[in-house]
Amino acid sequence: MIEFLLPSLGADMDEGTLLEWKVRPGDILSKGQIVAVVDTSKAAVDIESWHEGEVALLLVEPGQLMPVGTPMALLLEPGETAADVARYMRDTLRSASTGVTSAEPKQVTSAVAERRPVSPVARRRASELGVDLQGVSGSGPNGVITLQDVERAGGAVAPPKGGQDGMRRAIAAAMSRSKREIPHYYLAEPVPMTRALDWLAQENAARPVTERLLPAVLLLKAVARALRRYPEFNGTYVDGEFHPAPRVNPGVAISLRQGGLVAPALCDADRKSLPALMRELGDLIKRARAGSLRSSELSEATVTITQLGDQGVESVFGVIHPPQVALIGLGRIAERPWVEDGKVVARPVMTASLAADHRVSDGHRGALFLTELRELLQQPEALDADLSGETQ
Amino acid sequence: MNPLDVKAGILSVLSSVAPELEPELLVQDRPLRRQIDLDSMDWLNFLVGLHQTFGVDIPEADYGRLVTLDDIERYLVARSGRCAS
Repeated sequence: MIEFLLPSLGADMDEGTLLEWKVRPGDILSKGQIVAVVDTSKAAVDIESWHEGEVALLLVEPGQLMPVGTPMALLLEPGETAADVARYMRDTLRSASTGVTSAEPKQVTSAVAERRPVSPVARRRASELGVDLQGVSGSGPNGVITLQDVERAGGAVAPPKGGQDGMRRAIAAAMSRSKREIPHYYLAEPVPMTRALDWLAQENAARPVTERLLPAVLLLKAVARALRRYPEFNGTYVDGEFHPAPRVNPGVAISLRQGGLVAPALCDADRKSLPALMRELGDLIKRARAGSLRSSELSEATVTITQLGDQGVESVFGVIHPPQVALIGLGRIAERPWVEDGKVVARPVMTASLAADHRVSDGHRGALFLTELRELLQQPEALDADLSGETQ
Repeated sequence: MNPLDVKAGILSVLSSVAPELEPELLVQDRPLRRQIDLDSMDWLNFLVGLHQTFGVDIPEADYGRLVTLDDIERYLVARSGRCAS
């Protein structure tokens, strides 16, 4: 018998509300299949299965709030039958270790209705106002239900009192824990960007607008490659011990238009081509803002990258997202005075910063890491060409 | 192409990128990105949307000329080769 548990979706999420089952008893699950949609304080998350097996029983119902680790469903292992489910339920009830109250395999009346695209704030507001989302028509792009739609439907006039509460509380909890537990140190290094930008401009001149590359993806790839050489910044610190991650899965900080942020993982960024990274980043941003992320994206980040973009400021010194051990901050690329061959010239420059965990690494290694990043960005064509171990 | 159509087309693309936008609050001749929060990905998506709506290709070298809504409108009218009346 396999218990399908609500997975942890990052340090800032310790519970979730089941919105909808995507499977029914009798379905055969494959790895990576989406099992359920769970609402967290940050997004409606598609929960994926890491098991294979037949769905025997659904243990929670839509609307139920569950802590992380709650058994959500039972899956049959090869050779098991309904009798095994009954035995399992009896044993579980006897030990009374879970909150399951009924031993009868009951068919959950799954909401057959299609999942409506709805932003997380709108979903929360709807639940505050008691608005049934089925009856709300979406005015956003692709029929997305927006906050305004919900408020209109709910006849609400006043702005939501602390409508962002959940998101803000989640961020507060994770960041307080970080500042309490992680002895941060901070480093910064200005990176000349002339070569990278010239190379990008040349590349983009030959590309239609739909296939253009943003500096963001070149930076993402450079950071990911530098992390591969400095593994002490890529991994997690759990139970007094650092666990280096075998893959480089940077969490990309994405600000949400209504406030708050999420940092879903862009997996294997060191091995992907720039066009592939561009596609995936665009998709990730779109889904983060629409409030539709996958559980693996929220649980598999091994480090965080925050890019201030072209409307940002010069530099950022980040707060590490526990249990990760580093955050790389990339400031706005802007023309600054730069000394070259004894002369001051104007050059596009970006300040790269590193916030890292002193339990795992020291400033000297941090400095080498930032130097590596700076050097990688001086050879943009090599970053583009390097697809070692690329998986399509 | 009617200037009103161009304006409506631009706003429609913009709303798809920034759904929270209130078009009536936008000032035509102030830098657009000071009025609404568009990051570089949003901006690129905006240009892709303009490209798809108006059939105008916008080379990267021209980005600097597209600052205000007025700029964008003039640019599109000129590039689409149709008379603005």
